[in-house]
Formats: sequence, structure tokens, C-alpha cells
Amino acid sequence: MLKSLRGKAGLSLFVALALLLTGCAEQASPLNPKGTQALEQLNLMILSIVIMVIVVVVVFAISIYVLVKFRARKGDNHIPKQVEGNHKLEIIWTVIPIILLAILVVPTVGYTFKHDQNLSADPDAIKVQVVAHQFWWEFNYPELGIYSSQEVVMPVGKNVSFELTSADVVHSFWIPALGGKKDTNPGLTSYMHLTPTEVGVYKGKCAELCGPSHALMDFKAVVVTEEEFAAWVADMQEAPSVAAEDVSAGEEVFKNNCIQCHAIQPDAKSPVAPHLNGFAERGNVAGILQNTEENIKAWIADPDGEKPGTLMPKVGLTEEEIDQVTQYLLQLK
Amino acid sequence: MDWLTTVDHKKIGILYLLAGAFFFVIGGIEALLIRLQLIGPQQEFLDAQTFNEMITMHGTTMIFLAAMPIIFGFMNAIVPLQIGARDVAFPFVNALGFWTFFVGGVLLNLSWIVGDVPDAGWTAYVPLSGEQFSMHRGLDFYLMGLQIAGIGTLVGGINFLVTIINMRAPGMGFMRMPMFTWTAFITSAMILFAFPALAVGLILLTFDRLFGGNIFDPNMGGNVVLWQHIFWIFGHPEVYILVLPAFGIISEVIPTFSRKRLFGYSAMVFATVLIGFLGFMVWVHHMFTTGMGPVANALFAVATMLIAIPTGIKIFNWLFTMWGGRIQFTTANLFAIGFVPTFVMGGVTGVMLAVPPADWQFHDSYFVVAHFHYVIVGGIVFGLLSGLFYWWPKMTGRFLNETLGKVTFWTFFTGFHLTFFIQHIVGLLGMPRRVFTYLGENENPGWTWMNQLSTIGAFVMAFAVIVLLINIVTSMTKPKTAKGDAWGDGRTLEWTIPSPAPEYNFKQTPITRGIDAWWKEKMAGNTEMTPAEPVGPIHMPSPSILPLFMSIGLGIAAVGFMYSEEWNGYYVAIAGLVITFFCMFLRSVYDDHGFHIDPKDDKGVGA
Repeated sequence: MLKSLRGKAGLSLFVALALLLTGCAEQASPLNPKGTQALEQLNLMILSIVIMVIVVVVVFAISIYVLVKFRARKGDNHIPKQVEGNHKLEIIWTVIPIILLAILVVPTVGYTFKHDQNLSADPDAIKVQVVAHQFWWEFNYPELGIYSSQEVVMPVGKNVSFELTSADVVHSFWIPALGGKKDTNPGLTSYMHLTPTEVGVYKGKCAELCGPSHALMDFKAVVVTEEEFAAWVADMQEAPSVAAEDVSAGEEVFKNNCIQCHAIQPDAKSPVAPHLNGFAERGNVAGILQNTEENIKAWIADPDGEKPGTLMPKVGLTEEEIDQVTQYLLQLK
Repeated sequence: MDWLTTVDHKKIGILYLLAGAFFFVIGGIEALLIRLQLIGPQQEFLDAQTFNEMITMHGTTMIFLAAMPIIFGFMNAIVPLQIGARDVAFPFVNALGFWTFFVGGVLLNLSWIVGDVPDAGWTAYVPLSGEQFSMHRGLDFYLMGLQIAGIGTLVGGINFLVTIINMRAPGMGFMRMPMFTWTAFITSAMILFAFPALAVGLILLTFDRLFGGNIFDPNMGGNVVLWQHIFWIFGHPEVYILVLPAFGIISEVIPTFSRKRLFGYSAMVFATVLIGFLGFMVWVHHMFTTGMGPVANALFAVATMLIAIPTGIKIFNWLFTMWGGRIQFTTANLFAIGFVPTFVMGGVTGVMLAVPPADWQFHDSYFVVAHFHYVIVGGIVFGLLSGLFYWWPKMTGRFLNETLGKVTFWTFFTGFHLTFFIQHIVGLLGMPRRVFTYLGENENPGWTWMNQLSTIGAFVMAFAVIVLLINIVTSMTKPKTAKGDAWGDGRTLEWTIPSPAPEYNFKQTPITRGIDAWWKEKMAGNTEMTPAEPVGPIHMPSPSILPLFMSIGLGIAAVGFMYSEEWNGYYVAIAGLVITFFCMFLRSVYDDHGFHIDPKDDKGVGA
């Protein structure tokens, strides 16, 4: 029923209008779903908007009618009839909302159960362990032996089961284009799943206030074809090999200054900071900056300037060392 | 001096209104700064930390230090008059309630001066608000300030429960009480159950922060979701604690200016009680994304939607009160009329948020910000402004200027919708709330102009508030010309006595013969109420400075506890508590029977 509702031109007017106003947001809008859950949630939103618009229109219509019809005119000083109430009317405006709510309740309860299923034991689902940190995201694939950060890669058309927790404060894991959010609670584990239906790169965010750089706690959800996903898995399972000779100086700098916090080996969890395996292939530095040489340098030189409150310190490298380590990082494929 | 020692409910009401207005302006300035920071992408007007402090203080101030005291102000100023009482049940406690609220509010805002400002949002979710992640004293100001202010609210609520149950004039059964009194009654009952939950939550978090407790520390076996439950089992009813009296005001203003009795009085009472009850049953809808599983989410979704039914009853009853009436467009009534559709818009988005799968997209986005501002500003603030214009003559003997009032209404109304309607859409486009910055058009098409519109709207609202303040100040210079029945169409008992009300309210307690007692007498051709007693000396409570000192003592103790680690704060804390307990001791041992006013004596009248 919901699908057909959505097809009708008039009903999706609201959505169409919003999209038009924004010149078609491609990336991060719940109104532009790229996954099964997001689509079904949008349908529910449209159903509820339609019901609510009906309510608002009725109230507005009665208000305007009453205000025009019964306004006090000059010289008119009559005392209106003191009406006690009207049982019939009162029953009508009790029963009609009950009916409207009943229409809404049925799909609400249905989708609440459907979307909140725990697929962590489903052999067909890709398992991703999400650990939120101030202010970055750790994504591990326990069944595939992959440890990663900042970008979650998923094959299109498959169920992806997320196991969510946090290393410090409460965050909330949200990829608007793929589906609704769920909190990551320290000390507790919760589950959600998403089913991307279209290849693309989608914005992900933290939705729960988590400190100064809450607004900058972004990540990317990369949806690829199944073949690309298999290739990515194979790539990530391999230890990063740095071919070029000219970055050995950078490797040295990295080993001396960065390895305490950042892991690069595929088979180990990163100690406290984002895992850097495949760093050069990521779209962003620190989740917010374009992955370019200048931005990497700017980030290493002053992390707090880019992301206030970040735990990454100014390591105190010389400009030359920053240069070297940047060249090295750009080789981490 | 008079004002520091007063135990007169009308003066305390005015104190509440003044203090509430003061904090409302502070909260408003914070809101403007927030909107300035968000006027465009990647602004650097406020840094991330300051922005989080602004949102935290804006929310906390508006809820606890502006809306709450203004509601208490009206309850104090009007409820005893509406039920034909000479004062509240416990005048001393009433003064104590005001001063604890005020000291708590000042303490909270002292954080701006000290420089350690609460920064974990008004909900103060742990562990972000714990000592590990918020290392400065800011959150301690929040905990101590709200704890002390909460005492004021709790004792105030108890006071009004007792007052309304025990002190109604003869003939005024519960089903003859004016609607504002009814809502004050249900609100007080809700305070009685909700505020202890807040107090317990604040104490537990205080123990975690100051004394090394582990209640909310997951590393030591604590649970972070526990705080969310405690906070919202207070926090959700709090919304209804605030909005029910606003409903009550609307239920007084619309009948008065339609010259009709309230349509469906008993249904309104029933709806009020039901909303009060359901208000306690739905707190989990703030936590749909916490991960409690589909059973809890579905149950609380249905419970939440049910609230739409009694609220809908109210809305239609208001509309049908106007139906067939003779509607006057006074400023008070404009706000009441503007309230109805605005609040409905806030209400329907509330039902939308009650759909958990949709809420997973809405939650913590600007859609939610839009929703609760529609409810809190469109509902509560509109209601309070309506009440302000309506009862101002009763409280001061003067009218507010109607022209300025209409300017205030139209600019406030326009500014409000300009600010908040667009936030629904920017929320649907994925803008999370509580973000200090956002990326530009390439990344977030449409966000910039929508946020700009919002900011412009906020300044239009600020203009409306300035006009209102000018109106209030100039009105105070005018002579007191308002008659007892200032609007000519008053229906309830407060309009039977002079404006402003004399110190003892009613020379003789009136007999009430029905709903809208005063209207009934007027229709019967009477010019005054039938008294229930002969004229005689009126007993009044003595003023006292003790409530002020008790509260100051608590404030000193709070500061002592907060700085117990830095300096020998415990001595300060003990000194503060000694002041408070000594005042309590004095109050206990010193018998003060008050005094009597002879109403035939001219000095007594119009005091």
C-alpha cells in the first residue's frame, strides 16, 4: 500500500518540492533514499505527513472560517448563546483521530519490528563492527579479518549487519541516505542493519552531541558492486607494501612517531586512533578534509585547529618530517 | 526591601515574572548568538566549545529559568484569585520557592562569569557530562544550579496542590474550577512526581562527578542509558508541566474574548487529566534510537500517539468556543488565536516523531529542533504572552498598550514561523542538531539559505521582544485606571475584585454558584458576588527575610561543594548549610502568628 501511495504525484509533492528547492541533494538526505530501509522509512514519513497535513488543513479551515464569520463587528454588542458543549461533536473529534492514528499505527509497528531485526547471526549478512570514538569511526569486519576506519565499504544489494558500540561517550551512527540512525553506547552493544540499493558514496555522521567536534565527526559510506567489494576485501587483507624507495624516510618518521596510536597492518586493531590501512584510497582526511597532500600536512601540523578537541596531538614534527610522512601516507594503499 | 521579605502571592508572582523575563532575555541573546554562528557555512563567529556552551545554556535557561518561573508567576498571581482564596496555603514556603529558584538560576549563570560553562547539552547525557569528558566545573554549575532551582519548583508544586484542594471558595467544586486553575492543579501534581526524578538524577551525577561515584561509568559497571531514562522520566512530563498552564491560559482568554463559555468544559478537564497521565507514560520516545529493541519502541510509539487524542479534543473545543461567539481581536486574544494553529503544527510533527522507523531519520536532526520549538514557543510562549496581556491589568491596575501589543504579536508570529518552519525541511535534508558548523553548498545544497532565513526570523522575534519590553516599561509610568472587571467580559472570580487586587484579595470570601462564577452573577443582574461570610478582620502572614537567607545559604553550600577539590570548599559548604539550617531553626522556634487587616480601615484597601 505504501509503495502505491508514494507513486501518486500529489502525495510526494512535499518531497519533490524539498528536493527542487535544494537542487537535488545527491548525498545525505533522508528524502533521497539509496537503501531499502531508507526507502521504507521515507514511505512511512510520507504517510504520516499526509495524515498530518489533513489534520492541519482541517484546523486551519475551521479557524479561518470562525475568525471571519464570528468576529466582533462595530456596534454589535450582543451576548452569544452560552453553549455547554455537544456530545455528538466531541465524540466525532475523538473518534476521527483514533481512526487516523490506527491507520498510522499498523505500518509503524510493522516496520519498527522489521527494521530493528538483529541480523548478527544471519550467515548471508556482511558483519561490520562499528566503534565510535571522539571524533572518528572505527569499522571492523570480524568475519573478513579487516580493520579499518572512517570509511565503511559495503556491497550493493546485501544486508549489512552493524554491531554498534562506543569507546568513550554516546555517539549516534547515521547514514541518512541508507537509513535511520542508532546510538552507540559505551559499555553496551546494539545492532542495526542496512541494505544499500545503489552504488555510490554517501555521507555518514554522528548525530548525538559528543563534544566540541561533534559537528565534524563525519565518515563516508562507500557502496560498491559485489566484485569491487571482493577486490577491496582482498586488498585490505594484504599487508600494505610500500614500493617506492623515496618514502623510506617517511616510513621511519611514521614508525617513530605515529605507530603508537595508528595501526597499518590489516590483522590488528588500531590502538587508539584511526586505522590507516588503505589510507591513500580514502576520500577524506580525518573525515572532513579532502584527501590531498596539503590537507594531510595541515592536519598533521595542527590537528586541533582542524578538529577542536581531537585527541591527536601536535606531534612536533619538523616541516621536512611532515613532508616525508605525508609522502609515505600517500603510498598506503 | 519590601520585595525581599514579601510572602504575598501576588508580589511573589510579579517577582517570578520579572526574574523569568530577565532569564528569558539572557536565553534569547544566547539563541541569537547561536543563529549568528549558523548564518552561513563554516562561520568562525563562535568556536566549537563556546557554541556547545551556548546551546546548553540556551536550552537549560529557557526551560528551567524562563518558562518555568513565568508559569509559576501566573499561577501565583492568578490561581488564589480564581478560587476565591486570600493567599496560598503556605505563604512562607511560597517565598522560599521563589528564592531557591532565583539563587539556582543565578548560580547557573555565574558559570559565564567564572568561565566554566556547562557544555553537554541541556540533557547532559553521560558520559559526556561525566568528570572524565567534561573536566572543568561547568557541569557542576548545571547540577548545583538545577538542584537548588528544582527545590523551588517542587515546593511550589506542593503548595499549589494544597492550595487548590483546600482553599477553594464555598460552592466551587472541582468541576466548577476555572480551566487555568485546573491546569495549574494537574501541573502541580506532575511536578510532584517528575521533579524528584530530576533531583535524584542530579544527585547521582553529582556523586559521580564530585565524590568519585561510578553510577554512570561503564568502565566501572555503571550504565549510561540509566541517565537517559532518569532524565526523560522527568524531562518528558516537564514539557506537559510547561504546556498545560499555557492551555489553561488559552482556555481563559478565548472564552472571555468570544463572550462564550468554554465549549465542552468537562471534556477539557478530562483531556487535561489524561494528558497529565500519559505525559508520564511516554518518556522512551526520546530514546527510540538508543537501541532498546522493537517491543519497547512499538509500545511507547503507540502510547505517544494516544496523546494526540486528548490534545485534539482541546483544539476543537477551543475552535468551537469561538464558533458563534463575538470574537474581539485584543492582543491577548491574538496570541491565543495564533496559538491554536501553531500548536497544532507542533503537535502533528510530534505524532510524526512517534513513528520509530521515521524517528530514526528525524531524531537529533533539525526536524526535531523545529518540532519542539513549535511546541514550546508556539505553545507555551504564545500562551504566556497571551496571559501577560490578559492579566496585566489585574496584576498592575494598568493596561499594556494595544498598538504596541499588536506590533509585538505580528512581528513575533512572523519571526517565529520564519525561524522554525524552514528547520523542518533542513532537518529532512539531513542537518543534525547541535552542530556548530556545516559545510557549504557543494556538500549541503540548500542549507545555507535556509539557515539564513532562520537567523533573520530569530532577529525579527528579538525585535518583537524589544517592543514588548518597551510596552511593559512605558505602561508602568501610566496611572492605574483599570477597573476590577478590566476587559468587561471577565468570567471568573479574579475579575470581581479591584485591579490590582488588594493585599487580602477578597474582603469577603465569595459564594460560587457555577462554572464561570462571575459571569453567572453578571447574567443574573448582580454587580458583585454574594459573600459567604460577614466583613471582619482578615488574618495575614508576616513578611520574612528568612526564605532569602535560606536560599543564599544553599547557594554558598553549592559553591563550596563544587570547589571542594581546589580549596577547602567543604568549610564553605558547611558554612552555607549552617546558614540554611539556622534559618530553618529560627523559623521553627519563633512563633509568628501574622497580623490582621481591618477591611473597614482605609489603609488596608489597595495595599
